[in-house]
Amino acid sequence: MMMEERNPDEIEALLPWHAAGTLSREDAARVEAALARDHELARRYALVREELAETIRLNEALGAPSPRPLQRLMTRIEGEAAETARGRGALAIGRWLEALPLRLSPRTLAWSAVAAAVVIVVQAGFLAALFVGPQGHSYRTAAVEQAAAPPGAYALVGFVPQASAADVTKFLETHKASIVDGPRAGGFYRIRIGEGGLSRDKLADIVGRMQQESAVVRFAAPAE
Amino acid sequence: MQATSDEALIGRIAAGDKLAMHLLFARHHVRVYRFVLRLVRDESLAEDLISDVFLDVWRQASRFERRSSVGTWLLAIGRHKALSALRKRPGQTLDEEQTAAIEDPGDDPEIAVQKKDKSEILRKCLNGLSAEHREIIDLVYYHERSVEEVAGIVGIPANTVKTRMFYARKRLSELLKAAGLDRGWP
Repeated sequence: MMMEERNPDEIEALLPWHAAGTLSREDAARVEAALARDHELARRYALVREELAETIRLNEALGAPSPRPLQRLMTRIEGEAAETARGRGALAIGRWLEALPLRLSPRTLAWSAVAAAVVIVVQAGFLAALFVGPQGHSYRTAAVEQAAAPPGAYALVGFVPQASAADVTKFLETHKASIVDGPRAGGFYRIRIGEGGLSRDKLADIVGRMQQESAVVRFAAPAE
Repeated sequence: MQATSDEALIGRIAAGDKLAMHLLFARHHVRVYRFVLRLVRDESLAEDLISDVFLDVWRQASRFERRSSVGTWLLAIGRHKALSALRKRPGQTLDEEQTAAIEDPGDDPEIAVQKKDKSEILRKCLNGLSAEHREIIDLVYYHERSVEEVAGIVGIPANTVKTRMFYARKRLSELLKAAGLDRGWP
């Protein structure tokens, strides 16, 4: 467009920045001198100052965001930090294992392989004996006992593929829930609802409300 | 007591300091939110976008090169996010001018001026500018960015920044005149 190609008068073009106080000292002095000798420019400068005042009022009237962006941000940062830590741990072990053969002599390596094979065979036999047992009973390890879930109400949920991390976070916050396990087969997660136990009716009520959030959840059911 | 500089906070964020992230967010998020909101005109989307802006800061803090101020960097990221979000929304472009918002066909211009306070009309006309013109006026007047900083944020030469600002103001005068407020310029 022809109009856009014409450059405005250089000093007049600087008036908005002069009003905002963001000109260099040198340019500000040039503008001040021009304003002092040119009344029409001074009148136009008054218009600029009006625009500036109303632009500030307009923006200030926009208010402030809710706490949601900060919560969302920190949740994502925590997630990334945990991921990075896991990655670093795995990488360190990987590097150590990668470098291990280089540190050992061929003879040591050979003996290590034989020793490892013996250990595996013995361990397999031991585990089989434990699992079958003398009377055919199955065996539960102490670790399983310790990992028993803390008391509380649990549900199994599956999220729709389109649900974003923010959607899931909001869903969990809304229902005061946290993911304790998953994803399991089929992409299901086991979630814990609230801090303490809930009556069966109360849990069914909450799960019912979860099922209504079809934009986020494709499946929800009470779980043990 | 001297507040920690933005640049120092970025250094701490690069080292994984979450408290520094909180501080930087507290210091800048309202302005970034308002800048983005004026572009996308959707509060919920603007909230999502500022979360994305600061997540980028968390991820890229170690690459911050101090060629601009942190505030300018944040606005540049915010602008990029807002434009990307607008591109994904069919029917919304940056060039739309919201003239419908300022027209009042029931009144002739003189009556409109009598009925409305001058500053209210001015604000309505500022809102009625195209996004490109709103953006530059906001950056200069509200976000107090210099010619060079605006050039860096918008990605245009400094001379184009001055010309665009001039024509944004000229368009504002035209809208004001249409609304019954003749400023005698240009």
